[in-house]
Amino acid sequence: MQFFGGSDISPSPPAPTAPGNNAHMIYVFNRNGVCLLYKEWNRPLHTLNEQQDHKLMFGLLFSLKSLTAKMDPTSADKGNLGVPQLPGQGCSFHSFRTNTYKLSFMETPSGIKIILVTHPKTGDLRDSLKYIYNLYVEYVVKNPLYTPGAPVRCELFNTALDQYVRSIA
Amino acid sequence: MAAIYSLYIINKSGGLIFYKDYGSAGRMDTNDTLRVASLWHSMHAISQQLSPVLGCAGIELLEADNFDLHCFQSLTGTKFFVVCEPGTLHMENLLKYIYELYTDYVLKNPFYEMEMPIRCELFDINLSQAIQKDRVALLGR
Repeated sequence: MQFFGGSDISPSPPAPTAPGNNAHMIYVFNRNGVCLLYKEWNRPLHTLNEQQDHKLMFGLLFSLKSLTAKMDPTSADKGNLGVPQLPGQGCSFHSFRTNTYKLSFMETPSGIKIILVTHPKTGDLRDSLKYIYNLYVEYVVKNPLYTPGAPVRCELFNTALDQYVRSIA
Repeated sequence: MAAIYSLYIINKSGGLIFYKDYGSAGRMDTNDTLRVASLWHSMHAISQQLSPVLGCAGIELLEADNFDLHCFQSLTGTKFFVVCEPGTLHMENLLKYIYELYTDYVLKNPFYEMEMPIRCELFDINLSQAIQKDRVALLGR
C-alpha cells in the first residue's frame, strides 16, 4: 500500500458503482485510541452514549485485527492472541459487512485508523479511505494550529470531508 | 491450493463444537482454535451493538488481506463460519448446505448431546464430499 505517492492530494477516485450508498458515520482514531473525529450523517439508532460507542468501536477493531492476524492461513508463524500488533504487522482486515451496514477500515503506518460505516451494498472503499487520509494530512496534520492527539477542529477539513463523502454516497 | 482453508461451527454460547482444517499453512493447536472461536462469537455480538440502523444480525462477511471469512448464523444462534481465499464465491450457499447437513446428521442423531462437540461420522463423510465437490468445481474453472 503506497501512502506517500505525491505531495498533492491525489485525484479523487471514481465513485463506487452501487447507487444510493448513504454513508452513516465516520470515525478517525489515533494509535492511542483517542477519537480524533466522529461525524455522522445518517444514524437512526444510538445504542450507547458517545464515549462508550467510541471505546467499543476501538476495542472491536483492536480485537478483530488480533483475530485476523492469528487466523491468517497463509503465514506459519504467528504470535499469540491478544498480543498488540504494530500497524502493518500481521494480516489485517479491510472491511466487514453485516445485513444492515458495511464497515470499511484502514490503518496507516502511523497508527491512524479511519473507519467509514456505509450501506451494506457499498463496494470496495479502500481508495476512498486513502483519499480521506490524504485530506487529513493536508488539512489537519499540516495545520500549524493543530496539536497531534487532540480532536480535530479544522473547518476546511470538515467541509472537504463532508463534500467528498456526500459525493461517494 | 484449496479455496477453503477451514470450517468452524460454534454453539449459541460461543463454544467451538466443530473445527476442520483443509490446508492452511499456519495450523493452530486446539486451544487456539477454541480461543479464536470464542473471540469471533464476541465480535459478532459487538458488531450488532455498533449498528447505525435497527435489526442488525451480526457480521456476515469479513474481508482481510489474505483471506475472507463468511459467517452464517442460524435462527437458534449456532454459527457456521468458513475461512477461504479472498474473493471466493458461493460461500453463503455452501454454509447453508452445511447447515442442512448439520440438521440431518447431527441434530437428528439421538446420541448427540446439544451444544457438545460434534462426533458424527456421517456428518464428517458428507461434509468432506460437499467440500470436495466445491473444490473440484473451483479447480475445473
